[in-house]
Amino acid sequence: MTQKISVTLTVNGTEYKKEVESRMLLSDFLRHELGLTGTHVGCEHGVCGACTILFDGESARSCLTFAVQADGHEITTVEGLAKNKDNLHPLQQSFWEAHGLQCGYCTPGILMSMIPFLKQNPNPTEDEIRHALSGNLCRCTGYQHIVDAVKLASEKMKVSK
Amino acid sequence: MKPAPFEYHAPNTIEEVLDLKYQHGDEAKFLAGGQSLVPAMNFRIVQPSVLIDLNRVDELSFIKEEKNVIRVGSMARERHLEFNDSIKKHTPLLHEAVPFIAHPQIRNRGTIGGSIVNADPAAELPVLMLALSARLKAKNKSGERWLDAKDFFAGMFTTALTPDEVLVEIELPFAEKNTGWSFMEVAPRSGDYAMMGVATLVTLDNNKKCKQVKLVYLNAGDGPVEAIEAEKLLEGNIVNDELINSAASHASEKEITPFGNIHASVDFQRHLANSLTKQTLKQALQRAEETLV
Repeated sequence: MTQKISVTLTVNGTEYKKEVESRMLLSDFLRHELGLTGTHVGCEHGVCGACTILFDGESARSCLTFAVQADGHEITTVEGLAKNKDNLHPLQQSFWEAHGLQCGYCTPGILMSMIPFLKQNPNPTEDEIRHALSGNLCRCTGYQHIVDAVKLASEKMKVSK
Repeated sequence: MKPAPFEYHAPNTIEEVLDLKYQHGDEAKFLAGGQSLVPAMNFRIVQPSVLIDLNRVDELSFIKEEKNVIRVGSMARERHLEFNDSIKKHTPLLHEAVPFIAHPQIRNRGTIGGSIVNADPAAELPVLMLALSARLKAKNKSGERWLDAKDFFAGMFTTALTPDEVLVEIELPFAEKNTGWSFMEVAPRSGDYAMMGVATLVTLDNNKKCKQVKLVYLNAGDGPVEAIEAEKLLEGNIVNDELINSAASHASEKEITPFGNIHASVDFQRHLANSLTKQTLKQALQRAEETLV
């Protein structure tokens, strides 16, 4: 039963066409078929949030979606945030400046959760930030610096508008 | 782990969906939002040989307001329920409860129909369907039928649907006049499965007498559990603290049948149910009274 299905999708603005097995998870497709290893795989059951991507602009777990379901859709991964390494997205720059990461495993998922959050909540309170971060697990930082980084990002993104 | 291989179909119309389900029966599972099914497939707890993906059936994703009801397609996303103005206005209990369902990242994909059909006793939507007296429309190749929410849930992860049926629509009646609502749950962390939760509705008559009460609990048995006797203790009376206390005791000690889990013992679940019943009744009552002024 190795039925292969043709998938055409846009990832970070580039269109890709591939033949995949129906059971291939979107997270594995991004990492192994496209080589976009910025999307991390943690628990593979939707709890840890490391694999969070944008599916048509909204945050979603790529480990809970099959690649075939993304046919015709637009995906954004963490690689789509910065133009290049000298021009980080203000959210990434804030994580750098506020020490919002240690090992960095959870960071791509957190960034992809915070992009739509900050768009929908440009002036978040600390409580709102903590609530929004509850869908992403970090085992290093104790979250304080992540909260600081998101707060800093909200300020930077206001200025840059 | 990774899912076992399966044959994949992505139909565009309900007609194609029903043909496929008729053809494959029990062998085939529907893929709605996938936020419970895909984890179960990743762990190989579930290994369907055929998957019928409903995500391309556009005619199943509506939310529309009619004269006395809101009609919701089974593939409407939980995130869309959360921000829908009709739901906020006419079924405020649902509006209040949806943000308790997991995280935005899950609600962006998760669907109302998927959660209802999954019939997880710890999930919010089955409880809400019972509290709101929703009606559910099932279709198969030979026709359609309407089921009341109370007849739909048939036990742990089990519904009254037959193998050739698909849930297509949910009918939510507008909240009755002078109705107050409250939804509360207690979870280890926000977004986790709750250890206990309750959806409460209180409808008053013009003399402040309690006309109708709904008390429906999650994680309190093998499906959504309605505390019918506790509701009866309150109905027909002007509700005071004493009545609230006896209803809370009766519901939490006699009517719910929680199993206990790693996060909460049975005693603690009953304790939570008692406390949440009192708190939600008070809030719902206050909201109902505000409509009388």
